[in-house]
Amino acid sequence: MADPTYKNGGITRDIGIYVLLLILAGVQFIIAYQNISSTQMFARMLAVAVIEGGVALLYFMDLRENRGLRWFVLIFAIGVLLGLQYGWTDSFRLLDGVRWAQ
Amino acid sequence: MSQADLTMHGHPPAGAMAEPTFSVPAKKMAMWLFIIADTATFAGCLVAYGFTRNATPDWPRPFHSIVNVASMTFILLTSSLTMLIAIREAEQGKKDKAFRWMMITALLGVLFAFLHIREWLELIDKGLTLFHNPYGTPMFGGFFFSVTGLHLTHVIGGVIALIAVGIRYRGGRYNAADIEITGLYWHFVDLVWMFVVPFMYLMNLGH
Repeated sequence: MADPTYKNGGITRDIGIYVLLLILAGVQFIIAYQNISSTQMFARMLAVAVIEGGVALLYFMDLRENRGLRWFVLIFAIGVLLGLQYGWTDSFRLLDGVRWAQ
Repeated sequence: MSQADLTMHGHPPAGAMAEPTFSVPAKKMAMWLFIIADTATFAGCLVAYGFTRNATPDWPRPFHSIVNVASMTFILLTSSLTMLIAIREAEQGKKDKAFRWMMITALLGVLFAFLHIREWLELIDKGLTLFHNPYGTPMFGGFFFSVTGLHLTHVIGGVIALIAVGIRYRGGRYNAADIEITGLYWHFVDLVWMFVVPFMYLMNLGH
């Protein structure tokens, strides 16, 4: 049986979200041609990608309709991403020619 | 409450059986757990790529055109829309239309894979491989082919799933909920691409 939450919204909303995602993807291509540093470019690209991903999760994957699942996914994803960021400092060690942590 | 009590009354009383987690059907929950695990895989790959890129001062920027990657992005985003239409049609019980939209989605996936492989072959022709890179550090080729290859594998898997589920849905073995679960996977593949494009392609664009 289909999940009744999917009954909400309609094709008009889906097309609107699709157009929004196309625009956001276009913004990323514009950022790529900006004369800015790699750090600034990374920050802007990441910001747009997170917004894009969020919109897709909420509307295409219908997380908007299920509050419990939304929090579960959000907390889990942030935990994993923060855990992965723990290693960033070691990449700077490599840049500075410092030996890896033992 | 014993099993005998449940059997005697014919059906379990309210509260005796566990509610589905987050009120999500088990199959859909399984797909969400897979998606979360797969997110960790892709995040791991992209963060490892970030480490290396950050630690390599002369990181190469071999891409000079955005036409191919823009086309692939457009195709994949459009395939998400066609997948949504397939789900809507399936919800309304329009089997033939739902099947048709699923096959259009699969076709767009095939087109995406074709463009991707064509791009790979062009790069390989220029000497870029997993362990060799004429533009600079060999790590670039390793990361590029690994990350985009992992994504391409997901796309090909998704195309196979779309066709298999579509055929079984039309044959009556699967229902609209199965189409929705397949759609979740396909949207996830699209979502990953939103992160692969800026970091693997656009940030390596030579001006």
